[in-house]
Amino acid sequence: MSEFLYLYRQPADSPNLLDSARTMQERLQKWTAWFKDLESRGHLRTMGHPLETSGAVVSESGRTVHDGPYAESKDIVLGYSVVQAKDLAEARTLAGGCPVLGYGGMVEVRPIRQM
Amino acid sequence: MTSALPDEHFFRRESGRLVSTLTRMLGVHHLALAEDAVQETLAAAVEVWAFRGLPENPSAWLTTAARNRAVSLLRRERTARRFAPEIGRLADDEGAPGLDSAEAHLPPPLRDDELRMMFSCCHPDVPEDAQVALVLSLLSGFSAHEVAEAFLVSRAAMEKRLSRAKKVLSATRGLFELAARDFETRLTAVHRALYLLFNEGYHGASPDAAVRLDLCREAMRLISLLAEHPPAATPATHALAALMALDAARLPARVDEAGDLTELSRQERSRWDSMLIARGVELLEASARGEVVSEYHLEAAIAASHALAPSADQTPWAEIVELYDALLRLRPSPVVALNRAVAVAEQLGPERGLQALRSIPGAERLAAYPFYPAALGELELRRGRATEARRHFRAAHRLARNPTERTFLERRLAECERQIASPRSAAD
Repeated sequence: MSEFLYLYRQPADSPNLLDSARTMQERLQKWTAWFKDLESRGHLRTMGHPLETSGAVVSESGRTVHDGPYAESKDIVLGYSVVQAKDLAEARTLAGGCPVLGYGGMVEVRPIRQM
Repeated sequence: MTSALPDEHFFRRESGRLVSTLTRMLGVHHLALAEDAVQETLAAAVEVWAFRGLPENPSAWLTTAARNRAVSLLRRERTARRFAPEIGRLADDEGAPGLDSAEAHLPPPLRDDELRMMFSCCHPDVPEDAQVALVLSLLSGFSAHEVAEAFLVSRAAMEKRLSRAKKVLSATRGLFELAARDFETRLTAVHRALYLLFNEGYHGASPDAAVRLDLCREAMRLISLLAEHPPAATPATHALAALMALDAARLPARVDEAGDLTELSRQERSRWDSMLIARGVELLEASARGEVVSEYHLEAAIAASHALAPSADQTPWAEIVELYDALLRLRPSPVVALNRAVAVAEQLGPERGLQALRSIPGAERLAAYPFYPAALGELELRRGRATEARRHFRAAHRLARNPTERTFLERRLAECERQIASPRSAAD
């Protein structure tokens, strides 16, 4: 078993971040169901955290180079989790069920380096 | 930790409640800001709750979060105005009344704010169709896109309609006061808007059955807000609530698995919702505790006659025709006259029905209404004149406004063809 970091990314200008009551309700239901499914199948190592869409990028000498949550990319990381899977192939398959995909977003799947 | 939401309409309800409360606290001129704050709060709630599960009291959590969000939006707005001191001063003078945190933990009391918002949406300077759109947008958390979809209008047109209406609303002095002298008049407008909302769901243009169901449900939720609140709980309110319950009771049988319409006489009555029928009858009884008979009383009584008939054959048509006569006196309209004529046909036979149809005053106003030729077709078919009937159904088909109506009429056309091909089976 290996561990993988899931970064949930959404384009910064995605109109789906704010929408109607109905779509918000759907979105919450999908996320809840997805986490529950990962958990029940023993894949959820840590649920992780959602992230604010504000923040800063700091470089050498502590100088703020950007206001905003991202370096170069136009994606915002909405949150992260740590997932346990047999290999990258399985981690990719699991990520394919993530609700962020239905809202124009994506999941970055990164194996956590083992010592 | 990830407990389920209280129910599937939680966000709708909360959206309406929060927008109404924030607008009351900030003043209607800050309507747009209140809407932004609520939308951002709900979106943030989705992210946080997905990871952490629901807080103990989601409504209180949202109230506090929306308040904080509104305060920070207000601050940001004021900072932006620092170089226009006179505007800044104005904003400071108005302040943000009531933004203390103690109130956030009070239980959701009487839903006064939502009620006041509902009355505010039905402002006489806002056209009727825009009033309904406004109610959906501010009280039910519909996006402009969703309202546009429900009414089969373009998104741009709906955005324009909504922004005009919101401009009227935010120029008023405040949310409508429930003690105001014109309460009665405004209540009539609110009834009308909720009636239109329900009908849009029941008979409406959207081909998406789920969208239409949603509209019916929202109308029912909002009418029960009125019914629970003493000054608004008039006999007409109860009658309208009864009408909605009784009509909604038939919804499960009205649309089949394929999404196609089934007319009343062919519906499987066992699929009607008996709980809603009982509720409707109870409301109808409550509505009788007054002197006034409103159009909603009459429509609800008609719906009750259908709902309580054990079978289509046992429908009390004479009684229904009388109710339609009374309704016509109260609200003369060609559509009501059309429904009356159909009832006459059931009571006295297709010839009398056709006569009634042809003598509808102002029938020319029905020229674009597909159910006028469809009714002619139905009665001709019942007389065994399938070729005549087909002509009418074809005319109706050309006027059909959505796929559901079109499919329904195509099935009737097929029946005409069948009877033309084998005239013997056309009898009775």
